[in-house]
Amino acid sequence: MTDRPHLAVIGAGPAGLAASLAAAARGIRVTLIDSAAQAGGQFYRQPASGLGARRPKALHHQWRTWERLRDGLAAADTIHQLTDHHVWCVERRSEGFAVHALLGPEQEKPATVHADAVLLATGGYEKVLPFPGWTLPGVVTAGGAQAMLKGGLVVPGRTAVVAGTGPLLLPVATGLAAAGVEVAALVESADPKAFARKATALAAQPGKVAEGAQYAAQLLRHRIRFIPRHTVVEAHGDARLDAVTVAALDKGGRVRPGTARRIPCDTLAVGHGMLPHTDLAESLGCRIDGLKVYVDDEQRTDVPGVWAAGETTGIGGSALSLAEGHIAGRSIAARLTGTEPDARAWVAVDRSRTRTREFIAALDTVYAPPAHWTDQVTDDTVVCRCEEVTGGEIRAAVAELGAGDVRTVKLLTRAGMGWCQGRMCEPAVAGLTGCEQQAARRLLARPVPLGVLARAGESSPEPSGEPEAD
Amino acid sequence: MNPRELVRAQPGPAFTVTLDGREIEALPGQTVAAALWAAGVTSWRTTRDAGRPRGVFCGIGVCFDCLVTVNDRPNQRACLIPVRPGDAIRTQEGTGHHD
Repeated sequence: MTDRPHLAVIGAGPAGLAASLAAAARGIRVTLIDSAAQAGGQFYRQPASGLGARRPKALHHQWRTWERLRDGLAAADTIHQLTDHHVWCVERRSEGFAVHALLGPEQEKPATVHADAVLLATGGYEKVLPFPGWTLPGVVTAGGAQAMLKGGLVVPGRTAVVAGTGPLLLPVATGLAAAGVEVAALVESADPKAFARKATALAAQPGKVAEGAQYAAQLLRHRIRFIPRHTVVEAHGDARLDAVTVAALDKGGRVRPGTARRIPCDTLAVGHGMLPHTDLAESLGCRIDGLKVYVDDEQRTDVPGVWAAGETTGIGGSALSLAEGHIAGRSIAARLTGTEPDARAWVAVDRSRTRTREFIAALDTVYAPPAHWTDQVTDDTVVCRCEEVTGGEIRAAVAELGAGDVRTVKLLTRAGMGWCQGRMCEPAVAGLTGCEQQAARRLLARPVPLGVLARAGESSPEPSGEPEAD
Repeated sequence: MNPRELVRAQPGPAFTVTLDGREIEALPGQTVAAALWAAGVTSWRTTRDAGRPRGVFCGIGVCFDCLVTVNDRPNQRACLIPVRPGDAIRTQEGTGHHD
């Protein structure tokens, strides 16, 4: 078995799982590496096993697809799963790749996987644009509220407002309500009527239209007030959130004066879309298009031996991730066994991939943050949560010190220099600076103890499916 | 309805941990953050500069807002680290290295 070509898949969400199964079914030895204790990624995040959930699907979507993936993973004896492995760097070597990870909850023990090829299925994370009060306890990202609910079976409070923009707000609002939280309002800055103008893209996705209708019914059933074309202008509270103020938006995306209303709540779940994780691709030297990893029709990056699939190549949801992962797995299997892949073998998946991408492109034009969101960022608003850099300091760096890009603002103000390395504040800093957000260049994908870094070059170059202790 | 009823959870036996010396109950499989949320606690650190309270924000290990001191190790991400019987969890002030 060890003579088989070896693929390292980083990320066990929909894309990584689909790719692992497709490649393993075609004779490839796969090591599937993920930071969580169980496979599934964010979309298929499971309640922790110690919680003994007998009906986990009550909090999930596409459960049958998950069961198929989970059972496939369990049955595939050429897939070796490494859970609790936090990958911080992928290194190109003459004979292949070395995937460096930190093992376990404390993330200190090093482990290295050697492979002939790598699939980056590292997913994405939520974008949140700042407003006064967004650092108060009780304000969480929409996805964060969902992750805590799905994984830990906990909710942050009794009364929630779900706000921002994007399709994720729907499952979050209905999920919280099903779990007993009173959802006082779902505040969406987009105008749902704009969907009507995207009739072609919608018509090609009847499943998505049905899904939308199901959410509408659930909002009604849970008596969740849907407030479109509104935005959160402030979160109130001292030690924790006690209310939010929302206001109507005009057609140009500006807050309409005199429309502010206060909604009491102890939780605000807020999100403005998603961003791809591109750190590992960056460190490998892969081409990045804007904010996402460039891939060709076979999901190959421009670095030989490196494939990418799922949200890292552009935010598109689980169906697109599954399609991309499947195509990547088939391409990898062919390429690693020295054959030219036959794209006719995945023509149906390819069609689904194309349609879903068209649908997502249409969705993106509807779900965009309000055009003038920076108006909500007062000079006192903390923008960089780690370094506590305010909107005023960033504006001063631009207006008085002449900073014209995120990097210069960072050097002048420390915005983006803290623990999260700009992952949270980067879209806001770019917006306040008046420049396009670019994929950030980060040397390492996560914090690494210095001792681990110092010894990272000493590992054996022998290809191996088992992680070795360095 | 609460989340555990929704999925008909039958958790393993609860155990005790402490938050700043106060005993709280936790369930096997929960993260430190989940155990604290279940105990009604939403903030467990103060910021380095303004001393403002923070807790979970992203919930998936990206934002580092939920840092906490666990068994004298500061700067642990509460949303990632599993809670274990007997853990001594402490509110983290600033960098966590000054107390």
